[in-house]
Amino acid sequence: MNGLKRIARFYIDGFRGMTLGRTLWAIILVKLFVLFAVLKLFFFPDPLAGKSPDERGSFVGEALTETLQHND
Amino acid sequence: MSPEIFQTVEWSRAQFALTAIYHWLFVPLTLGLGFLIALMETRYYRTGDLFWLRTTKFWMRLFGINFAIGVATGLILEFEFGTNWSNYSHFVGDIFGAPLAIEGLMAFFLEATFIAVMFFGWNKVSKRFHLAATWLTAIGANLSALWILVANAWMQSPVGCRFNVETVRNEMTSFGEVLFSPVAINKFFHTVTSSFLLAALFVVGVSAWYLLRGRDRETARRSIGMAAPFGLLFALLAATTGDRSGAEVARVQPMKLAAMEALYDGEAGAPLTVFALLRPEAERTSNETSRRLRIEIPKLLSLMSYRDVEAYVAGINDLIRGNPEQGILSAEEKIARGREAIGALARYRTAREAGDRQGMAAVERLFDPATPEGAEFLSEKFAWFGYGYIDDPARLVPNVPLLFYSFRIMVGAGLFFILLLGVVWRLNSKERLADKRWLLRLCILAVPLAYIASQAGWVVAEAGRQPWAIQNLLPVGVAVTKIGASSVAVTFFLFLALFTALLAAEVSILCRQIKIGPEKE
Repeated sequence: MNGLKRIARFYIDGFRGMTLGRTLWAIILVKLFVLFAVLKLFFFPDPLAGKSPDERGSFVGEALTETLQHND
Repeated sequence: MSPEIFQTVEWSRAQFALTAIYHWLFVPLTLGLGFLIALMETRYYRTGDLFWLRTTKFWMRLFGINFAIGVATGLILEFEFGTNWSNYSHFVGDIFGAPLAIEGLMAFFLEATFIAVMFFGWNKVSKRFHLAATWLTAIGANLSALWILVANAWMQSPVGCRFNVETVRNEMTSFGEVLFSPVAINKFFHTVTSSFLLAALFVVGVSAWYLLRGRDRETARRSIGMAAPFGLLFALLAATTGDRSGAEVARVQPMKLAAMEALYDGEAGAPLTVFALLRPEAERTSNETSRRLRIEIPKLLSLMSYRDVEAYVAGINDLIRGNPEQGILSAEEKIARGREAIGALARYRTAREAGDRQGMAAVERLFDPATPEGAEFLSEKFAWFGYGYIDDPARLVPNVPLLFYSFRIMVGAGLFFILLLGVVWRLNSKERLADKRWLLRLCILAVPLAYIASQAGWVVAEAGRQPWAIQNLLPVGVAVTKIGASSVAVTFFLFLALFTALLAAEVSILCRQIKIGPEKE
């Protein structure tokens, strides 16, 4: 328990003592917010997400073989 | 390929390239500067000289800025695999997933844990433990790179796997083959050694700026004293690993090599083109009509590619039309074989839908390397699986001018860096560098040039693999997710804006911190 407290204190003191680091953390947080909150709205849905392994195989199998039918 | 899918492929490629290029602006400095900082701190640990403590902390500050702004930019690439390249993501199976998972679980956490000790641990942990944390941060960053590069190398040379016709996925059969494939080993060492070189040039460039300004001379002189030999050593190693990578490209991606050299007609005892101007595409049909103002080194391409001055190096025309004398199949033949392999996959799917177990078993035998018909089918037909999707052999030729000039920018810059660092090291050790203002300016210019050369190397590697997402197995046109091209275009510009803002932030904060300089005594 003492070990965990010391680790927590290490990080808390470290963050408190930062000067330039605060600016960097602000940039990191803004970046992560833009990546995961704003841009997520524009990310396309993963067409394989939520499908079972069998359904994924069928989906990709069709994509891989339909081109051949077009070529024929 | 329909025009709409073609647009989607092009925008998805552009988006991925943009993301990768911006991500790679941050990575190489992290990879190399970590070790330079560790060396500086080791000097402090051994001598107790507070000068090295201040110098270590200064470069660590610049390292921290680059790390903080660059962190997580690679995540977008991983999202894009799922959203823009879903067929690819499924087809590569666990082969791609395993190295990336190891990267996330092992290397990233190693790096992330010890970077906190590195920045917060001064005066809180022992000097020895702090030094260990700095070294482990540098090692962790490079281990991260190892797994990513192993995954990338598999796309250039898919080995250690077996295609499962039922799940339509490649399954790893040998982790060792994937990890220790010659392409992966060369790619890793070439990438990290060139990154160490870039970091050394960064330190030399910033130090040169101080010398030009006549300030922080001691920091600048002693930093150059460490970075210049470090950079020179890794520039020479990058040249060596680059040479070995070239030989691997000749073996597994002959079209990439032919395009890099604008070699249209293969020849025995092929010369290496040092420089030439390429003629317009319509005129480039043979060696004579493709290049002008050629400067060549006789037989060197054969020697570098096959370690034999008389070896035959295949040209673009050989690889498209075929060359029976050299045992090179024509593109038409490969396309026909690829279509047979795709046809077998289609037969399996039809049999499966009809519940025809006999039909399924017949195809399964073809994809089983343990059966005689399987061993033959896999090496003679499935090896060319991706060619079955190619409707025009001309699509098999990557962008020749892009590769030709990018390769020469990378190699030319690399040779220039060897010369520059050699001269800078010598003059600095004789304390005569500060007077050579033209050379100091050259050192500053070498910093952006190092980034350009590093990006050019990736252009050669990735654009040279086209049209393949996975060499010979999956072209980008089939790997792509069928989404609207306009949607991808919108996200392309959103990413462009985000990454440009991040880059501007990095450059601005870095410049401000460089102007502030190291702590004074």
